[in-house]
Amino acid sequence: MTNDKEPSTKYKQPRTKEMYNSIVLVKQVPDTTNISGQVMKEDGTVNRSKLPAIFNFEDKVALEFALQIKDKYGGKVTAITMGPPRASDVLRECLYMGADEAYLITDRKFAGADTLATSYVLSEAIKKIGNYDFVFAGRQAIDGDTAQVGPQTAEKLNIPQITYAEEILDVKNRTARIRRKIEGGYEILESKLPVLVTVIKDAAEPRPFSAKRVMAYKGAKSLLELEKMVEGNSLLYTDQLVHEYQSRSLFIPTLTTDDLNVDVERCGVKGSPTKVFSIESVVLAGGDHVRIENSRIGMNMLIDKLMEDHIFG
Amino acid sequence: MSNKRNEVWVFIEQRDGKPADVSLELLSKGRKLADNMKGVLKSVVIGHDVKNIAVESFKFGVDEAILIEHQELKHYRTLPYNRIMNELVEQHQPRVVLFGATIIGRDLAPRVASHTRSGLTADCTELKISEVEYLGKKFDDLLLQIRPAFGGNIIATIITPDVHVQMATVREGVMEMHTVEKPKQVKITEVPYIPNEIDNLIRLIEQHREESKVNLKSAPIIVAGGYGLGTKENFKFVQELAHTVGGEVAGSRAAVDAGFIPHERQVGQTGVTVRPKLYFAIGISGAIQHRAGMSEAKKIVAINTDPDAPIFEISHYGIVGDATDIIPKFIEAYKSRLK
Repeated sequence: MTNDKEPSTKYKQPRTKEMYNSIVLVKQVPDTTNISGQVMKEDGTVNRSKLPAIFNFEDKVALEFALQIKDKYGGKVTAITMGPPRASDVLRECLYMGADEAYLITDRKFAGADTLATSYVLSEAIKKIGNYDFVFAGRQAIDGDTAQVGPQTAEKLNIPQITYAEEILDVKNRTARIRRKIEGGYEILESKLPVLVTVIKDAAEPRPFSAKRVMAYKGAKSLLELEKMVEGNSLLYTDQLVHEYQSRSLFIPTLTTDDLNVDVERCGVKGSPTKVFSIESVVLAGGDHVRIENSRIGMNMLIDKLMEDHIFG
Repeated sequence: MSNKRNEVWVFIEQRDGKPADVSLELLSKGRKLADNMKGVLKSVVIGHDVKNIAVESFKFGVDEAILIEHQELKHYRTLPYNRIMNELVEQHQPRVVLFGATIIGRDLAPRVASHTRSGLTADCTELKISEVEYLGKKFDDLLLQIRPAFGGNIIATIITPDVHVQMATVREGVMEMHTVEKPKQVKITEVPYIPNEIDNLIRLIEQHREESKVNLKSAPIIVAGGYGLGTKENFKFVQELAHTVGGEVAGSRAAVDAGFIPHERQVGQTGVTVRPKLYFAIGISGAIQHRAGMSEAKKIVAINTDPDAPIFEISHYGIVGDATDIIPKFIEAYKSRLK
């Protein structure tokens, strides 16, 4: 891969004391929140390909946190995602919201990763990008709801973590005071930087895309997208395109196994201890429930039934 | 593997010196798992002045308690708790480690799994021990980690055949809590805590907590509303019905996400599992994640505008129609008959 632009060199000028750089972990997920009849197959299973791919909402909140740090203290915001080539879509959205840079981490060898293998690759990408004070991520992604990748990435980076964050109160002398949710209340923690923070969905309202930034970055392309353009046009050369996109700050750098210091045995399916042993489609058999008519008579009948069941009366 | 005996561990979560219900529920499940693989059940109790919790765990079938006490461990903090668990798991190589899928469990378990490179499955709705043949190889004493997956309609069984330590988190209420008839003699192994500079990278400044007054698990009647109600305004019908029949108000995840009802009242895989005498499912389509949390209700009444909604398949009584029209009719009939 020709990643001749060394990550983050652009920003290596000396920072003032109170500037803080953030790396934000984002994910493109199938929209599992609104499964309607249209995505159900006849056998009662979900047709995954019909689910639209969306920006995991809590990751957008995480990006908002990073942008607020930048607004307040200065610094740089870098969004990264691990996923298939089409995950560039969410990276463009990060640029529209205000991210300075976005990296696509993609490789066939990363496919099929569970949370352990995912956090391993993400942590290596974060090390490669370097120069960070905060790592932000959504608490969890809606396709798995595991909430594991944040803490596991923190562990692999050997940095502290604050999960379920609700608010960054302040950052001073490389120490952040953060309020996090706990069962039945909240607690305020003070962490040395760097720290990985996962945020809950109510923590902040993600800012809308800036029209100016949409105009500026809608043409941003990853290496794979540029290669696709070249495939369709014999007059184009990849290296030349990459150079051109880089010079216009429209290049979305790609990180693969070649760019990262990773052991492929710990990536993707190979590096995932959890295996799906079996999958059972829950096919809904016709139930033998009693239909109650929507009427006064029906309601009386229902009450009779519930009295017979010794629930009422 | 250093250990010949199969050990099942349960991390006992404590807040202000009281064990979390979910941890005791997991001990009851853990007892069965340990029996199934002819192993032992151990509780791991971390805190300050929490010996009583270690002792209490024997009521739920523990063979041995591991106790780590120190003033600095009074409140849960990620880094020291993580360090303690890492060292214990590395040293003793338990076959199974279970955590409650609480905020604390979800903060701690992934970090321990990452450090020890163990498999971890979140929010399991069932756990079993089984011999498994996978890719032509036979494995003994695998933990079957069963959970709904991918937006519903799929139940996945996850295994971690190639690693010794198998971890899972489980939500409160999913497993049933039982005390054992003849508790074993109390045997507590105390492990010293050696403070480390690293533990103080994060300091706890203040904590505010109120015990939740919501107790869905013990409510005999639950009236739950879903996204199908359309608006927060319409959710008032659910509240009124609950008030009339003396039930607790609950909601589906979609209702929580839409802001109709707070998360502490969410029923389902990522909420609470309930087993009431009567469960009203109003405007709830009945995705597998929701059903995982309520299908064991004795009687289920479903109200939905969609006659094909999956909820009808598990309900005992079904009414097709608009809840805002049906509920007032029901309340009127109820009042005239029973009040």
